[in-house]
Amino acid sequence: MPDGLFLFFAALTLGAACMLVASRNAVTSAMGMILALVGVAADFFLLDAYFLGVLQVLVYAGAVMVLFLFIIMLLNTDDPEGAYPWKAAALGLAVFFLLGAGVLWLFHWSGAVASTPAGATPPELSDLPKVFTTSAKSFGRLLYTKYLLPLEIAGFLLLVALVGVVSLSKDSTEENA
Amino acid sequence: MEHTSLAHHLILAGLLFALGLTGVLVRRNLLVVYMCLELMLAAATLALVAFSRFNKTMDGAVLVFFVITVAAAEVAVGLALIVALFRKRGSVQSDALTTLRD
Repeated sequence: MPDGLFLFFAALTLGAACMLVASRNAVTSAMGMILALVGVAADFFLLDAYFLGVLQVLVYAGAVMVLFLFIIMLLNTDDPEGAYPWKAAALGLAVFFLLGAGVLWLFHWSGAVASTPAGATPPELSDLPKVFTTSAKSFGRLLYTKYLLPLEIAGFLLLVALVGVVSLSKDSTEENA
Repeated sequence: MEHTSLAHHLILAGLLFALGLTGVLVRRNLLVVYMCLELMLAAATLALVAFSRFNKTMDGAVLVFFVITVAAAEVAVGLALIVALFRKRGSVQSDALTTLRD
């Protein structure tokens, strides 16, 4: 039986994700998304990844979701009024239960994932040097040594995205004038 | 942390991914579809962090760092595309976008 905090945050995350998928109002969906991301961040904390948890809250629940809410309120994006889409809801429930049953079978009943407790290393891996630390310092060290090229590419990607967004959001009617 | 095993975190990540995929398949509002895509990314990062923690290496966690970076860039470009689409068509419902089909 997992501990209480994990169960609480897992229930919070899944409930908020249900709110995101099922709500007809886009703003309610965005609120569910924020809650789900905070739940994921809490799970990062439970997994001792403190730096990633803080990053998740800052980048996702902060910057990205503010951008989403801004766009939702800028555009009038509500679903068209009318009868509740029962067909879509039934299809969604069927898909979710199929996938969920597959997930439970794969990770729980099939026995493919050994239920080793945290910290216990499988024997075939125990002779490798293991470095797992919780500090942000070790992130920096890995990022600037082993993952230097990916870091440069990520920086370049952000620049490309910036330029792309500026050129996309320029009003195209200006060019015709 | 003593009482959760790798399987618990993987089940949570898998169910979250299933919810996101359901939303992508079922919803018609492009913004909500986009949020469901982000939810699937978050589920994948959750699985990566769990593997990293239980395998006692940092590499999965560093990969999550890059996933968050790419997701931020992707959200910016995707939302700009959706806004441009809304300007042209006046709607973000995916049933309204049938030019290629007709």
